[in-house]
Amino acid sequence: MSYKFDFAFLADKWPAFVAGAWLTIQLTILAIVLGFVVGTLCAIARVYGQPLLRRLVGAYVEVIRNTPLLIQIFIVYFGLSSLGLKLSAEVSAVIALTVNMGAYTTEIMRAGLQSVQRTQLEAADCLGLTRLQTILHVVLLPAMERVYPALASQGVLLMLASSITSQISTEELTATANLVQSDTYRSFEVYMIVAVVYLALSVLYRVGFWVIGQILFERRRRLGTSL
Amino acid sequence: MIQLSANHLLYLVEAARWTVLLSLIAFVGGGLVGLPLAIMRVSSIGMLRAVASSYIQLVQGTPLLIILFLSYFGLGILGYKLIPLIAAGISLTLYAAAFLGEIWRGCIQAVPRTQWEASDCLGLSRAQQYAYVILPQAVRLATPPTVGFMVQIVKNTSLASVIGFVELARAGQIVNNSTFEPFVIFSAVAAIYFVLCYPLSIAARTLERRAHAGR
Repeated sequence: MSYKFDFAFLADKWPAFVAGAWLTIQLTILAIVLGFVVGTLCAIARVYGQPLLRRLVGAYVEVIRNTPLLIQIFIVYFGLSSLGLKLSAEVSAVIALTVNMGAYTTEIMRAGLQSVQRTQLEAADCLGLTRLQTILHVVLLPAMERVYPALASQGVLLMLASSITSQISTEELTATANLVQSDTYRSFEVYMIVAVVYLALSVLYRVGFWVIGQILFERRRRLGTSL
Repeated sequence: MIQLSANHLLYLVEAARWTVLLSLIAFVGGGLVGLPLAIMRVSSIGMLRAVASSYIQLVQGTPLLIILFLSYFGLGILGYKLIPLIAAGISLTLYAAAFLGEIWRGCIQAVPRTQWEASDCLGLSRAQQYAYVILPQAVRLATPPTVGFMVQIVKNTSLASVIGFVELARAGQIVNNSTFEPFVIFSAVAAIYFVLCYPLSIAARTLERRAHAGR
């Protein structure tokens, strides 16, 4: 083996990597936020909704969780455009990632909602709160607090999985790597660099989630309780 | 443009066999590497713990797609021919090992301390403790999450398509290239994945419930 590593291409290619990483960040933050909204609504429907609605949400969760993200992305991008709904690669990526994140969030938040004790609901009822008020003011935050670690790791997993959107030529980090390696023929070096960038991003996301958790759950911060 | 026919569907189903094979390779390989990793993670030697946990952090912080590219092109650098099945098998093994190692570490640690102490008192060696006391109990705890993780493995084999390995997802792309009916084809591909994964999801859930009922 006489392979010489050569990172010289970085000198003029680094802006491409920065741009790719920035798009990855934008896509995934959007998908995480939207996915969280979708997932929370679905979880509420799953726990408190009508039987038919519950069944529908259950089907959504099972279908998404038991099929690969790659195929979901293909269906949104190629499938919908063949049906006449033409979306750009970026929009398709955000939709597919959101739908995917939504399904996992539904399952996580459902566990959180179900962990809120009955007595809390009864107390809210006695205070004359409506269903909506109960969910908003009594149930939601403690439920989220309990499952927050799972939500955070799902967010990091989604960021890593966003690399798959490179397959529909969304110009994010992995697609940038593919482009640079076909330019420079330094495939191993390029993917090593990108791996390091992803590692850094996953650390960044973990820190970000921790900070958000500190802000959101101020009671926990104040009392120093773990749950 | 070729009309979509039953033969295309048959082609997809046949390609699904490669998905199953690749999943099995990943699961067996991942298990073989993951078990030592799990044991290293709970070792009393700090060095071993550090090695195992940095490996797990490294793999869990990198997208599988990048690991695939790295092993595909990395093998090329080492002078081996670029065989997609081998590159895919290696990367899925590395990936599965990191996650299984972490899942199983949790299960080993969930075995009560007193079991360690009791087997210590009986004069069992470390290897005997693992073989006769700890692992048999950990296996019972580990089964539901392990079956659940197999769903992830099956789904992630779809990424092998990007380095040209013809499994289910790649077969879908090939059929799509000749018939151009992406919505129907990729829905069919998704349905086949669902048929492979859903029973595993159900099994994981049932096992989970049964494990909790026992307590």
